Amino acid sequence: MSSKYDVLVIGGGNAALCAAISARRGGASVLVLEAAPKFYRGGNTRHTRNMRCAHDAATEILTGPYSEEEFWEDLLRVTGGQTDEVLARHMIRESKDILNWIVEHGVRWQPSLGGTLSLGRTNSFFLGGGRAMLNALYLTAERLGVAVEYDAEVTDLVIEDGMFLAARLKRPVKGETEIRATSLVAAAGGFEANIEWLKQYWGEAADNFLIRGTPYNRGSVLKILLDKGVQEVGDPTQCHAVAIDARAPKFDGGIITRHDSVVFGIVVNKHAQRFYDEGEDIWPKRYAIWGRLVAAQPDQIAYIIFDSTVVTSFMPTLFPPIAGQTIAELAGKLALDPVALEKTITEFNAAVRPGTFDHTILDDCVTEGITPPKTHWARKIETPPYLAYPVRPGITFTYLGTRVNKEARMLMKDGKPSANMFAAGEIMAGNVLGKGYAAGMGMTIGSVFGRIAGREAAKHARN
Amino acid sequence: MHGTRILDEADRLMTVCNSCRYCEGLCAVFPAMEMRRAFSDGDLNYLANLCHSCGACYVDCQFSPPHEFNVNVPKTLAVARAESYAAYAWPRAVSSAFARNGLVISITAALSMAAFILGFAALNDRSVLFGVHTGPGAFYKLMPHNAMAALFGAAFLYAILALVMSVRAFWRDIGTPIGGRADGGSIFQAIRDAGELRYLDGGGVGCYNEDDKPTDRRKLYHHLTFYGFLLCFAATSVATLYHYLLGREAPYPWWDLPVVLGTLGGIGLIVGPIGLLAAKMWRDPALLDEFSYGMDVGFIAMLFLTGVTGMLLLVLRETAAMGPLLALHLGAVFALFITMPYGKFVHGLYRFAALVRYAQERRTAA
Repeated sequence: MSSKYDVLVIGGGNAALCAAISARRGGASVLVLEAAPKFYRGGNTRHTRNMRCAHDAATEILTGPYSEEEFWEDLLRVTGGQTDEVLARHMIRESKDILNWIVEHGVRWQPSLGGTLSLGRTNSFFLGGGRAMLNALYLTAERLGVAVEYDAEVTDLVIEDGMFLAARLKRPVKGETEIRATSLVAAAGGFEANIEWLKQYWGEAADNFLIRGTPYNRGSVLKILLDKGVQEVGDPTQCHAVAIDARAPKFDGGIITRHDSVVFGIVVNKHAQRFYDEGEDIWPKRYAIWGRLVAAQPDQIAYIIFDSTVVTSFMPTLFPPIAGQTIAELAGKLALDPVALEKTITEFNAAVRPGTFDHTILDDCVTEGITPPKTHWARKIETPPYLAYPVRPGITFTYLGTRVNKEARMLMKDGKPSANMFAAGEIMAGNVLGKGYAAGMGMTIGSVFGRIAGREAAKHARN
Repeated sequence: MHGTRILDEADRLMTVCNSCRYCEGLCAVFPAMEMRRAFSDGDLNYLANLCHSCGACYVDCQFSPPHEFNVNVPKTLAVARAESYAAYAWPRAVSSAFARNGLVISITAALSMAAFILGFAALNDRSVLFGVHTGPGAFYKLMPHNAMAALFGAAFLYAILALVMSVRAFWRDIGTPIGGRADGGSIFQAIRDAGELRYLDGGGVGCYNEDDKPTDRRKLYHHLTFYGFLLCFAATSVATLYHYLLGREAPYPWWDLPVVLGTLGGIGLIVGPIGLLAAKMWRDPALLDEFSYGMDVGFIAMLFLTGVTGMLLLVLRETAAMGPLLALHLGAVFALFITMPYGKFVHGLYRFAALVRYAQERRTAA
C-alpha cells in the first residue's frame, strides 16, 4: 500500500471499473478504492440492468437501429436542452463502440427483460443484471492486474494548483493511510444517500425520502473535490427520483420496490386529494416524474388507488396491494379520511368519459370537468376489492457534479483543466444530464467516460 | 401459506424475483416463474426441480445475503427439491427413506453386498468361490444365470414401478391437467436440454460453486457420470441380448461390445462421481443444502462403488478374486437398483419431467 500507483481510481461501480480496465490496458498500474464492503461494491451499478448505446443496425439483442441523431434528440427532450452538446454528442458517438468494448471485458448482453419491451430497440440489457455486469468487470480487472481494495473510504485529497498528489483513506481494520498516484480518476458517484446533504436543498422533507441504492453513496469525494477548487456542474437540487413503495427499506431497495401502476388508477395525497394528471405521459417518461411529485406533497407520501379489474395489467409487485371491500375500509387501512377519499373517487368516476382503453398508446380515455384532469387511460374505479400502494420518493441519484471536458478531465473553478484529475460516471453526469432521465443513460455516461478517463489518466501517467 | 416452511420461503423468493426479473436470461426457472403471478405447491415444486443449482442467480443477485431481502434461490430450491422427492415418493409409507437417506443407502448397500457374499459362500463350495473360472459361463458357476436374471429383473421392475408412480404424482401436481400427455416436440426438447445440461452453465459462462468465479466443472463430471451410467446400462443390455438371442455367455473378451461399453462407462462412473463429490465438498456453504448431504453423497458413492467393483471384476476376473468381487459388484448393483426410487437418482426423472413441462409452457406461450 505504500507503493505509488500510476492511476488511482476512487469508486467501485461501472465508471470506476471501466476506467481501471482502460487505464490498465493503457499500461498503467492501477489501484481501485471502493468505500463499500465487497458485497455492496459498485454503488448504483448493482441495481442497474441496461445501457443506452447508439447503433446502426439491429443486433441479436437489439430489435432495430438507434442512430446517434435519435439518441441526441431523446437526450435533448428529456433534459429540456440542459446539456452540454459537445460532450453529449461525443458521448453518443463513443457509445457505439462501448457495446463491443464492454463485451470484450466479460459483460454479456441479453434481449430486453420481460415487461420492458419499450426499451428493446434502444437499450442493451445485462445478462443477469447490474451485479452480474459488475462481477464480470471485477473479474476482468483483477485478471489484468488491477488492485482493488474494499472498505476503503477516502477522507481527504491532497490537491495543489489543480494537481492531485495523494489520497488519505480510512479503513476499518488497517487504519488510516495515504496513497500517492500520478493520476486520479474520481468515479465515486453522487450524494443521494447523504440525507444531511439532501436536507440542504429539500429541508426536513428529505427525512421521508427512501434511497434506492446503498448507504455508501455519500458523495464525500464529490464534496472534497468541489471544496478544493474543482468547478461544479448541475443543479444541486436535482435528483432522479421515482415513486417507490413506502414499505421499502430506507436504503438499497433497488428496482423491485418501484411502482408502475399510476396509469391504472389515481394518486392521492394524505388528504385524499388528487394532485397531478396520472395519465400525462407514457412509460418510461412518466415513471421519472412521480418521485418529485410525491416529494412535493405533505409528509412526502401518496397512494396509488385502483380497483380489482387492473391487478394483472402491470408487473407483479414485491409488496402486495392494500385491499378493502369498500372505499371506506381501504381508507381506514391507509389512515386516510374515508369521506374525503369517497368524495375524490366519486367525483373522479363521474368525470370519466367513455373511450377505448389501451395503455400502450396515449388513448382517448379522459376525464372532463375535474382538476387536475386525467388525460389518458381514465377508467372508473368501481369494482371491489379496492386496492392501494402507498408510495414515497425513491432517490436514485443526484445531478450535482464536477465539470469535465471531452477528455473527462476535471475543470477547475478558473476554467483551467486539471493536470491529472479525471472524473467519470454519476459524479460528472450533470455535464450531460442537466435534468430529467432516460433509461440506461447513467450506465452510458459511466462506461463511456470511464473508458476515456482511464485512457487519459494512463496517458498522463506515462508522460 | 403452503404446506411446508421451505415452500413458504420459495414463495416469498419467487415474489421478490418476479418483481425484478434480472435473472431471466440465466436459466429456465425465471422465465417459468414469469408465466405466473401466484405460486401453488405444485408450481414451486416444478420450479425447484427445474433449477439445476448452477449458482449464477445467487452471485448475480443484488439482494442475496447479507442484504435484508435475503434472496438465496439456489439453496432454497435445493431444499424444496429434496423435500419434493419425499413428497411424491411411492409408496407413501417408504417416503421416510428420504430422511437420513445417506444412512438408509449405506445400510442397504452393506446388507446387499453381505447377502451376496454370504449367499455365494453358502451355496458354493469354498473351492468354487475362490476358484479360478474362465471362459463362457464362468460367472454362472457362482450364481446360475436364471437366478441372477430373476433377482435383478424383479429388483429392476420394482424400481421402475415405484419411479413411474412417483413421477406420475409429480407430473400431475406441477400443473399438467390430469391425464394430460406430453407432446413429442416437448419431450424431444427436454431430451436435448437434459442431455446437454443446457441449464447447468450459469447462463453461458459456467457454474458457480466454491466462489464467485464461474469455473465449476460439475457439468463435465455430471456428463461423465450420467453417460457412464448409460454406457454401463447399455453394456448389460447388449450382454442380455447376446445371452438370449445369440446364446453367447459372459464373460466376453475385452474387445467385445459389452466389455467395451462397460469399460468406458465404468471409467465415467469412477471419474465422474469423484469430481462431483469433490465439487460438493468445496461448494460454498451458502449454496449448499446441508440437509441433503447424506442423500447426495450416498448416491454418488453408490455409483462410484458400482463403477469400481465392475472395473475390478473386469481386471481380476481370471483370478481367484473373481468370486468375491462378483458378489460385491452384484451387491452394489442390486442396492443401487432397489434404492433408486428413494434416493438422489430421482432428481434426473423429476428434472426431466420439469423440462418437458417447461418446453410445453414455452410452446403454449409462443
